[in-house]
Amino acid sequence: MIRDPKDLKRYTASERANHWVVGISFILLALSGLAFFHPAFFPLTQLFGGPVWARIIHPYLGVLMAVSFLGLFIRFRHLNKMTPADKEWLSKAKQMVDGDDHNMPEQGKYNGGQKVMFWALAVCMLLMTVSGIFIWRAWFGFDITLVRLGAVVHAAAGAVMIGLIMVHVYAAIWVKGTIRAMWYGTVTRAWAKQHHRGWYRQVTGK
Amino acid sequence: MALQSLDIKQRSATTTPPPQARQTVEIAKLIDVSACIGCKACQVACMEWNDVRDEVGSNHGVYDNPMDLTEKSWTVMRFSEVEQNNKLEWLIRKDGCMHCSDPGCLKACPAPGAIIQYSNGIVDFHQENCIGCGYCVTGCPFNVPRISKTDSKAYKCTLCSDRVAVNQAPACAKSCPTGAIQFGSKEDMKDYAAKRIGDLKERGFDKAGLYDPEGVGGTHVMYVLHHADQPGLYAGLPENPSVSPLVSLWKGFAKPLATLALAGVALGSLFHYVTKGPNEVSKEIEDEIEREDKEEAK
Ligand code: HEM
Ligand code: SF4
Ligand code: SF4
Repeated sequence: MIRDPKDLKRYTASERANHWVVGISFILLALSGLAFFHPAFFPLTQLFGGPVWARIIHPYLGVLMAVSFLGLFIRFRHLNKMTPADKEWLSKAKQMVDGDDHNMPEQGKYNGGQKVMFWALAVCMLLMTVSGIFIWRAWFGFDITLVRLGAVVHAAAGAVMIGLIMVHVYAAIWVKGTIRAMWYGTVTRAWAKQHHRGWYRQVTGK
Repeated sequence: MALQSLDIKQRSATTTPPPQARQTVEIAKLIDVSACIGCKACQVACMEWNDVRDEVGSNHGVYDNPMDLTEKSWTVMRFSEVEQNNKLEWLIRKDGCMHCSDPGCLKACPAPGAIIQYSNGIVDFHQENCIGCGYCVTGCPFNVPRISKTDSKAYKCTLCSDRVAVNQAPACAKSCPTGAIQFGSKEDMKDYAAKRIGDLKERGFDKAGLYDPEGVGGTHVMYVLHHADQPGLYAGLPENPSVSPLVSLWKGFAKPLATLALAGVALGSLFHYVTKGPNEVSKEIEDEIEREDKEEAK
């Protein structure tokens, strides 16, 4: 892909690297976690060198992801404050999903859907980390009721989170010209004008 | 086919039915607490038969030794001093796996074949399939399984499944000098218990009874208690044990549903793409930007 010098900078290299660490560790966590979630997924443990290794590695990956997610959270939380325009966007989201984005209100760097995703993932991440520590028998021995509660929360929030990430990834695939933001850090001006006009005006002054 | 005495009734993390054509007699171990003298011959017999030797611990000023079940002590005698009818009573309960009919450990275990319930009722841990997650500890209503610190595998009483498989009584039952540990078919053990309970009632223990808790579908280790109305007296034996509702929720119908829902999200996304098409930048906006560029260039 030829890079146009007039492309707009959306992410710095360190933001992208941070995002990839979270992304890779999340995928590994989801694959190893699902293996314990239901017998249908147990063969996934083979991806990690066998069932015992999957059990050993999973929580350490969790720690890596929790720390790197905190990095993303601190970087982007200011940009994800909900505004009335976001609420309007959300109320019209169905039209957008149906393939018609002509009536969508002007959006800043992130649209209402992305902001909801951001906060939902942040809550899930917190739940996953706390409950994951409760059920981590190799290091901790919490009260049995906390461990049982932890198991329920970890499984439930994990399933929700895997669903959210599927939507997150699909949205990036569906909206053409988005994925390069995570490779090069840039997007075309046309992309920005179409999907995030408020942000486009802000960075171009137009 | 393997030994009939090792026919499998339930296997952890397995969703298809086990072989069911043959029927096996359910066995049980009956521990008559009222006849136990706390000599710990059973603890020793267990160590010997199973070739496990725990660390030599220290004296804590009570008779309990070791103080708790461990990966190498699969049964321990628990001593309680209680006052009943203005008299001191020394209650001694042999603690260990109850071999539940509805075992919480097996329900919770995520590793296929790490926990097996034989059709004779014995619940056995197969360490070669164990991944060391400790879910069995989370699932057990009696706080029985222990994860080894050396090999991270789960251990507990096997009810001497290897001896029972060849028609031998468990080592503990064999060694008990007072006959406080009986072994046989579950039916016979219930009959034997009924006689013992009759005796105890004659001796004034009018609340004597059998501990075979319904909440876990009954157990294959049962107790005769002099105070069956207060099992808690016996070092905290649970009154109405059952698999915790949290464990049932965690391992229940929600998981297959969640799995289907996730498959739905993945397939839904695919079909959204092929029916609605990708969301491309519109031609008009691209043209607009091109026009602006040309004007700027002038
Ligand atoms: C954030 C830190 C995390 C920690 C400390 C953690 C820890 C754990 C632990 C200790 C287990 C039990 C198995 C084992 O011992 O390996 C487990 C299971 C699991 N984890 Fe995590 N985890 C974390 C994050 C995640 C994430 C992000 C996911 C992905 C969605 C995930 C999905 C799962 C699932 C699905 C299970 C199986 C739950 C079940 O058996 O029902 N975990 N986790
Ligand atoms: S007492 Fe605990 S370890 Fe033994 S069968 Fe019942 S649930 Fe499993
Ligand atoms: S520790 Fe072993 S036996 Fe216990 S639940 Fe995990 S895999 Fe199953």
